[in-house]
Amino acid sequence: MPEKNYADAMLDVLSRFMDEDPNFVVLGNEVLGIGPEGAQFEPFQKKYGDRIYFPPCSEAAYTALAAGAAMCGHRMFAHLGLASFTYPAISSIANEISTARTSSGGTIGVPATLHISHGLLHGGGAQHSESPFGMYWNLPGIEIAVPSGAKEVKGLLTTAIKSDNPTIVLTHAFMYGAEGDVPDGDFEIPFGQAEIKREGGDVTIVTCSMMVSVALGAAEELAGEGIEAEVIDLQTLVPLDEKTILDSVSKTGRLIVADEGRMHCGVASEIAAMVSEKALDSLKAPLARVARLDVPVAANQVQEAYISPDAEKLVSAARQIVGEVPAAAA
Amino acid sequence: MTETWDADRRPGALERMLLIRRFEEAVDKLFHEDQAFMTHYHLYIGQESTGVGLMEALGPDDKLATHHRNHGHIISRGSDPKKALAEILGRETGLNKGAGGTLHMSDPDLGFISTSSIVGGSISLANGAAFALKQEGGDAIAVGLFGDGALEEGIAYESLNMAALYDLPVLFVCENNSPGALGSAGGGFPTSVSAVEDLTTIPRTFGIPVETVDGRDLEAVNELAAKAVEHCRARKGPYFVHAVTERWAGSQPLWPQLVTGELDVSMAWDDSKMSGEHEDWYRNHDPVLIYARKLLDSGDLTQDELTEMDQRATAAIAEAREFALESPRPAPESALDHVFA
Repeated sequence: MPEKNYADAMLDVLSRFMDEDPNFVVLGNEVLGIGPEGAQFEPFQKKYGDRIYFPPCSEAAYTALAAGAAMCGHRMFAHLGLASFTYPAISSIANEISTARTSSGGTIGVPATLHISHGLLHGGGAQHSESPFGMYWNLPGIEIAVPSGAKEVKGLLTTAIKSDNPTIVLTHAFMYGAEGDVPDGDFEIPFGQAEIKREGGDVTIVTCSMMVSVALGAAEELAGEGIEAEVIDLQTLVPLDEKTILDSVSKTGRLIVADEGRMHCGVASEIAAMVSEKALDSLKAPLARVARLDVPVAANQVQEAYISPDAEKLVSAARQIVGEVPAAAA
Repeated sequence: MTETWDADRRPGALERMLLIRRFEEAVDKLFHEDQAFMTHYHLYIGQESTGVGLMEALGPDDKLATHHRNHGHIISRGSDPKKALAEILGRETGLNKGAGGTLHMSDPDLGFISTSSIVGGSISLANGAAFALKQEGGDAIAVGLFGDGALEEGIAYESLNMAALYDLPVLFVCENNSPGALGSAGGGFPTSVSAVEDLTTIPRTFGIPVETVDGRDLEAVNELAAKAVEHCRARKGPYFVHAVTERWAGSQPLWPQLVTGELDVSMAWDDSKMSGEHEDWYRNHDPVLIYARKLLDSGDLTQDELTEMDQRATAAIAEAREFALESPRPAPESALDHVFA
């Protein structure tokens, strides 16, 4: 498999749909982020320029435009920019996109893909650091994919665009340059299928997006201490692969959920609740949530780091629930 | 202006207005008398002329985005009143299997996309339909229907900008029913809170052609709509129709009430029937009576024909009412059926 970066893997997918669907449109500014990978867009733009739209700073209106076109059966790809910029578009997402199929009695679909950059920029402050997994997961009717790398975005973005449902695909803003072995040609990752990225018998770490690589780093460190962590990449939040999580927890008896989103009502909370309902008997120790604390993100990196999940906090949580150190010391 | 209409088109248009009126009267009674549904609703009484005049100008492939005051749009486009009334009552036989109700009623078979009851939502979705239709390369257009209140929402400005920027084939139809409205300060339904006195300056700012029309005048609405539709079909960009109607007194309170009573079509020829608090409405603002009088005066219709026409409309809605009331409610667990494809 050729090695390429995340941005190129995205372009593989977008080019494929440009080639096979004359109505497919890419709508958005800085589709490949604002880092150096942004330059990779240029050949794509040259080739498909008449179906690439750079909309005004009107996230609400162009999200709704994508929705309205999708309601007419068109597959639309809209890049909304950083997650904070999607909040002005919440009404278009929550009121229009999320509800259309149900409210129409199943007669109107919205096959639009909304792509969002998320996560800490290390200095982004309150309005350039959001990871609103939980906020969007709270909406019915929308599939949510959270790729953890270049191969994953190729497979998941393809499935998202092909889906007859509206989908949100969240890319960490620092991940566009992430390299990996990306399959050539058609490649799909089915939704609702988590991937075990590392096997281990002592503790399960469930996570998604860029936290997957953080968790794998933590797992290496833990391995040096004799703790074998199993790392599960969710790949999609909606639908959620409960079975892979529950099977792993029944094997390890211990669960950590790592989430770049906030502690309350987020990925960590939801998975903790699900496991508590369905596999409490499997747990040998209280589960742990390692997530962003419930405060706005400060622009300085000291406070930003204090409130954010990282490898060190994962290692510490793992040591605690595996019982290597007393709870009070964690 | 009215001479552009052939005489044989006129009775059909009047009958469609009557059908909407009898439909809306039935909705009101199903709420107040039958208590057959519980939610807030919005009636199209007083605006039938705008809906029918507009729909007469559209083709079968055109797409529409309507809003919370959608009943008249759906009926004037030709939806089955039985299924529409069943939808409002939340029945399985409704246009949307009872899941949409009055607020989200839609009829995709007739070109309606999802019905947003978020003020301004229809403007933004109509842009998307227009975008899709332009991409397809035919000459179909999209219509965004909304009230004057939508121009208080930020998304309206964003959407007008994008429609102009991308030359979208979208016809914006603003049904301004604020003249005569009490508004919140007067104890009425919230209405028109804008620093802009002339709403046509808003689309004009974006370079979108705009014209105002008397929304009570069916043929005038149709003539302007036909011109606007032609503009959009020729891919000359968006067009904005500002149709102004007098606020129907029954839409003054937060919850609609048939304060002007059920329509008595004899008011079209019998002057003595019109009196009391709402005399001005009967004489000067009720678009159904205005058009009925016009057709009687022009000789396109006789009193007997009008009476028979009204009986047909009344009977059709009575049948729709029976159908809706007898229709089953959806199975509770079917609430989960249509969340995903």
